[in-house]
Amino acid sequence: MIRFEPRENVSSTYAVLVPVIAGIAALALAAIPISAAGADVQGAFIAMAKGAFGSPFAISELLARATPLILTGLAAAVAFKAKLWNIGAEGQLYVGALAAVAVGSGAISAPPYIMIPLIIAAGMMAGGTLMLVPTLLKTKLGADEVVTTLLLNFVVLLFVQMMLEGPMKDPMGMGWPQSEPISAAATLPKMFPRLRVHWGLVIALVSALIVFIIMTRSVWGFEIRATGENVSAARHAGIPVTATYVKVGLVSGALAGLAGVSEVAGLKGYLTADLSPGFGYTGIVVAMLAGLSPLGVVAAAIFIAAVFVGADSMSRAMSVSNYIADLIVALSLLCVLVSGLFVRFKMRFVRPKLPKKKEAEEF
Amino acid sequence: MEYVDILTSASFWAAAIRIATPLIFGVLGALICERAGVLNLGIEGIFVVGAMTGWMAVWIGADLWTGVAVAAGCGAVFGLLHGILTVPLGLSQHVSGLGITLFATAVSYFTYRTALPNVSSPPRIEAFQPLDVPGLSDLPFIGPALFQQTPMTFLALALVLMVGFVLYRTPLGLAIRAVGDNPAAVEAQGLSVYGLRIGAVMVGSALMALGGAFLTMSAFDAFFFGMINGRGWICIALVVFASWRPGKALLGAVLFGAFDAFQIRLQNEVGGAIPSQVFLMIPYVLSIVALVIVARKADYPRALLQPYFRGQR
Repeated sequence: MIRFEPRENVSSTYAVLVPVIAGIAALALAAIPISAAGADVQGAFIAMAKGAFGSPFAISELLARATPLILTGLAAAVAFKAKLWNIGAEGQLYVGALAAVAVGSGAISAPPYIMIPLIIAAGMMAGGTLMLVPTLLKTKLGADEVVTTLLLNFVVLLFVQMMLEGPMKDPMGMGWPQSEPISAAATLPKMFPRLRVHWGLVIALVSALIVFIIMTRSVWGFEIRATGENVSAARHAGIPVTATYVKVGLVSGALAGLAGVSEVAGLKGYLTADLSPGFGYTGIVVAMLAGLSPLGVVAAAIFIAAVFVGADSMSRAMSVSNYIADLIVALSLLCVLVSGLFVRFKMRFVRPKLPKKKEAEEF
Repeated sequence: MEYVDILTSASFWAAAIRIATPLIFGVLGALICERAGVLNLGIEGIFVVGAMTGWMAVWIGADLWTGVAVAAGCGAVFGLLHGILTVPLGLSQHVSGLGITLFATAVSYFTYRTALPNVSSPPRIEAFQPLDVPGLSDLPFIGPALFQQTPMTFLALALVLMVGFVLYRTPLGLAIRAVGDNPAAVEAQGLSVYGLRIGAVMVGSALMALGGAFLTMSAFDAFFFGMINGRGWICIALVVFASWRPGKALLGAVLFGAFDAFQIRLQNEVGGAIPSQVFLMIPYVLSIVALVIVARKADYPRALLQPYFRGQR
């Protein structure tokens, strides 16, 4: 019989080891579908590694893909730390991008040092405000935020489509439902010539650092953690739980909104309804892989981005659908959940109870 | 008034019930899981699994009811996975459920893409046809509205009765409800908390998969990416609205179907004056509203979301 016993102290080695093991396990499990698709497993993994790390171009693609994932990962990590289940990062990302386009595609003309902070502020405010709705529905009316944030994603996507086919449609867009391009002054510059990685990456890294400092070094971070660990105890201890939820919701939504700004102003240049291939949902996996640690989010986002970029490049070369990436991402979430058990608990193999007499004979 | 004409037309109610059918399956499935104390956010992905596997079984050559059984079986497998992760291992039901949704969706899409690498339009199957019940189908109004549905709709309606009967009239149902309210008491009766919970999640997941299968085998005759489109999440909202009761679940689903059918007709009436997206938003907004209305007085199963460990009170 196996018994799980809670560990007294969780060593930090385990905290790092667990997601690494989970990632490796997910990749190993992915060998099954890859071979089922009739491909050479070893060759597929080599192609993936090359596609993700094999050239400066590959690494630039990897970092460009990691940028929104760091931000949506932070959005999920902050919210989940308070056990505020914000599953709406996808929608918040889109309103962030929409706000950035509304402000940054010619409505205002100013030099970059004004435009860039402006679109960042607009996107973060839009994302935060959107998350305010389910947060208030939770705190004031008791409506489960999981369902409301999930459903709002669909509402927002339809709203974005409506805006792109209506008021915000680019008249020069040849009839495609897309917004006017972000003006040159509001564009986040590329970091290196001829590579797609842009300054959004730096914004994401700085955000991770700021969130880390808030979570570990401020009273506010303490309040968030206390609320997440035990709401009633936190309330009893005089922590303003409702205010904490609202603040967490605002920050989480703002981070997801920032991801939208970075994508639209750093990578795409204009808004379409397929801006995000599920970055909001993948952010949840990133946050869980990171054990909700803000700095861990950066590493986890790079891993997940490598899976996506590597799988894209591999599927171009071999007969394996690039849905293999989604499969690996989902598997890493399930694997990290299970392996997380080994951090919080130690597994003890317990002998089934034997009659006393027999036990005495044995020893 | 033309709106009254809409509401009194048999074809409107036929559409309402057709739209409600996958939701009836989904809400019943979610209801069974939650009554046993397990939130199953895998629902959205399990819908995809049911839609894909049921369709693919028929596409390969199985007959329709075998396809339905395959879908239910595949749904139950993902239910088993969710059950193992959340019941004996006691992992977060929220995160595990979302993981199941991501995993189930990815497995379905990958399998579909691998089986059909380059198809320009999704291949079609011979889907379920509307039943023609002799006598009943010719009744005025009720005939076309209720008795010209496909067999899976009747299966859904029968399942409402069955789930209601099992939950409220059998010892098994009592045990399932008890395990979602007070698992320690169930264990004190010598019953297995783990067995009941995992079993309930598996059965519930099988029903969710049937909701998906209805879409590819009755409502449409092909599988599309993104066809589930939040229906699973809507079911999670509706189950709260239905206060975890099968009868109210049916009512909620049909009400929802009626709103959705009305919205489609309204869209035709109004034409291009209002963007179509406004109408398409209505189902999601409605679900949020339904959830908010009942949220304060919702009587959640008391042990919902709480893992139970043997011998630990």
